[in-house]
Amino acid sequence: MAEPALALVQSSPSPARAQIAFDNVALVLGGKAIIDTISLDVTPGEILCVVGASGCGKTTALRLAAGLYQPTRGTVRFEGEAMRAPRREIAVVFQDYGKALLPWRTAAGNVSLALETIGMPAAQREARIAELLAKVGLAGHATKYPTEMSGGMQQRLQIARCLAQDPKVLLMDEPFGALDAMTRQGLQDEMLALVASTGATVVFVTHDLEEAIYLGDRVVGLLPHPGRVGLTMPIDLPRPRDQLATREHPEFLRLRRELFDFIRASE
Amino acid sequence: MTMSERIKPVLLPLAALLVFEAWMRLAGAQSDSLAPPSAIVLALAGALADGSLLAATRDTLASAFAGLALGGIIGLVLGIALGLSNIFNRLMEVTIEAIRPIPSVALLPIALIALGFGYRMEIAIVAFACIWPVLIVTRAAVGSIEPRLIEVARVLRLTQLDRIRKIVIPAALPRIFLAYRLAAGIALIVAVTVEIAINPLGLGAGIMTAQQALRPDLMLAYLVWIGVTGFALNALLMAAQRSLFGRAAVIGEQA
Repeated sequence: MAEPALALVQSSPSPARAQIAFDNVALVLGGKAIIDTISLDVTPGEILCVVGASGCGKTTALRLAAGLYQPTRGTVRFEGEAMRAPRREIAVVFQDYGKALLPWRTAAGNVSLALETIGMPAAQREARIAELLAKVGLAGHATKYPTEMSGGMQQRLQIARCLAQDPKVLLMDEPFGALDAMTRQGLQDEMLALVASTGATVVFVTHDLEEAIYLGDRVVGLLPHPGRVGLTMPIDLPRPRDQLATREHPEFLRLRRELFDFIRASE
Repeated sequence: MTMSERIKPVLLPLAALLVFEAWMRLAGAQSDSLAPPSAIVLALAGALADGSLLAATRDTLASAFAGLALGGIIGLVLGIALGLSNIFNRLMEVTIEAIRPIPSVALLPIALIALGFGYRMEIAIVAFACIWPVLIVTRAAVGSIEPRLIEVARVLRLTQLDRIRKIVIPAALPRIFLAYRLAAGIALIVAVTVEIAINPLGLGAGIMTAQQALRPDLMLAYLVWIGVTGFALNALLMAAQRSLFGRAAVIGEQA
């Protein structure tokens, strides 16, 4: 892995150093232009949040980054290499955790799926599963089935499964959007701590503007119909972030205002 | 459930049997097709005691299960392939819809020429009948798997085989098992039908022999026994379904 760089000091990262690079990417689905020319570099170790009005293609952009879609024009690159398909270094946390988990497997079994796929011998799996579940605060829930868990626990489980891939990049699609406010804030902080400990790059799609500013090193605002970049906003707020102090910080309020204005103007 | 509630559902059939028994005895009716329940019970006991009924049951169940296994595997493999591949599904659509409506018993003459009397012919016809319920339910179950799970499989880079083994089959399994339960019922029906029509084997042949020997009591005893066998088979499979998928199946349906 390349040395972690702080994106906020880089105004224009060079493509060679980008972990994920969108190079003049456009996507047409069913004759409709969903994304029309996005160029964007995601620096190793940064947390990039993507916001935008509905229909701006933010989820689609994430799927392009995951290799689930192929662009109609342009190239999506991972560490300089064109993406043809999903890669093990890139994990995706889906919004609808209830559908993304295997209901017939226990929590441990769901994490195990990712370990089985990377070919970890069965003897080593158990310890690794316990470690991963503990990491996301699910120690002691290994034998529960997903439907026996709360929404927040299910999303933690999905994150644990993603971490089992040992990813360099975490792509998160509105992961906390369906959770209540308290659970969401708790998970935001846990995610920041997890990411800080793994050094993974994060692309985080959300419709919650405050969440984007709170989490991100950089926020990208997309414009709708077709999706394109309308705003790039470095977030110069001290870390570690704090639910109260950060959200009351004058800079936070200024950024929030700027982002709200952008979204309102784009609709 | 209280005792009286437990008894309620059997009261009516029991009364009907008693009335029937009384009528047969009082009227002193002689019949080639009917026999008083008491005579049927005696015939049943006799056939059980001399082993003929159990041997016939073994023959019928052996054919039914062999046919079910064969047809079930063909139906399962085809159902998975058709459910996974839209192109394959479109290619096979006309062929399947043309073959499926053929009543399995209509294949008897061909099967007889090709395979002769005996187990093989019966198994082939039962297998043909069992393919369709399994194929159609499996195809629908596989086709309606949560698309997000397929995406999870892609993102985790599961191989095609692992995708089928670890995602597709477990997701579809409760419905596939239901299809097998339906197919098991069909297998028994078809096996007995083939035996009644032509094959000198098993319960169907037994019922025909009793009829031709002018033994309505024994004939009806076979009939009752076939009912009992079918009931037991279904109960067994239901219990298996519950113990196999108990918790996971219930949970899977909620999700």
